[in-house]
Amino acid sequence: MIDRSYIDPRGQRFAAWITSAVLAGVLLTHSATLLAVQAVVFALGATGRSPYAALWKRIPKSPPSELEDKRPPQFAQGVGLAFAVVGTIGYATSVTTLGTVATAAALAAAFLNAAFGFCLGCEIYLLAKRTTNKGVTA
Amino acid sequence: MSCQEGWKGWAVASVQGGMWVLLGVLTVTAVAGVVWRTRQGRMRLVELGETLIPTLTELGEAPGERATLLQFSSAFCAPCRATRRILAEVAAAVPGVRHVELDAESNLDVVRRLNILKTPTTLVLDAQGRVTQRAAGQPRKEHILAALAKAVG
Repeated sequence: MIDRSYIDPRGQRFAAWITSAVLAGVLLTHSATLLAVQAVVFALGATGRSPYAALWKRIPKSPPSELEDKRPPQFAQGVGLAFAVVGTIGYATSVTTLGTVATAAALAAAFLNAAFGFCLGCEIYLLAKRTTNKGVTA
Repeated sequence: MSCQEGWKGWAVASVQGGMWVLLGVLTVTAVAGVVWRTRQGRMRLVELGETLIPTLTELGEAPGERATLLQFSSAFCAPCRATRRILAEVAAAVPGVRHVELDAESNLDVVRRLNILKTPTTLVLDAQGRVTQRAAGQPRKEHILAALAKAVG
């Protein structure tokens, strides 16, 4: 049986708001360092150790009305990591357009998640599986 | 122009350039978000096709007597869990209706044949196992009930 741990979905949205703010800051400053820090945060989040979510846990609040599977947000953090790494390389090597495009894509996903509850894994995971597993089925 | 002024000018232009990009991204994303949310879980009428009863049987699942709520889920899908709860509730409340949940990833041939693009996707099958309506995203209970009424009607 797969290990299914559950998390407070509000904490995940909270983390997405902070991520959006940080990425907005990156777009304004073109800072490779700031984006590299966010990349580390994405890497931690992808393995279930998001510092933003940890911050949420320290805020006094009512218990969550429902819990969510932790795997979808972890998947999204992994995708965010890929974009943040590409963006950091872009800004660090003065290919600002690459940095901006990658950061803008990550910001769009984070902002959609924060403001609308958008689930990246729902939209792209199956599409990716459909494309990569072509011809495997009989 | 002194070197310092040059730096200042560069910094200001850079921030201003970034500001327009930021505003653009936020505007486009907000519009996309509103469109995305209104489309979430909306039931669409589908032209009646082949029966899915043999497919279900092959997968070891029995169809409902009057209708089947066929849900496709995946591991990285947050609303799949809520969708499962809603569909199970409806199936328990409406006699002759069965809820069947399939893992999309391990049934890719069925997924391709039915053109399932994302999870959760819910198909409402009639008594003959034909798809009557479908919804991508978490469907609302009243929409499922309305689709069922049509399917068994």
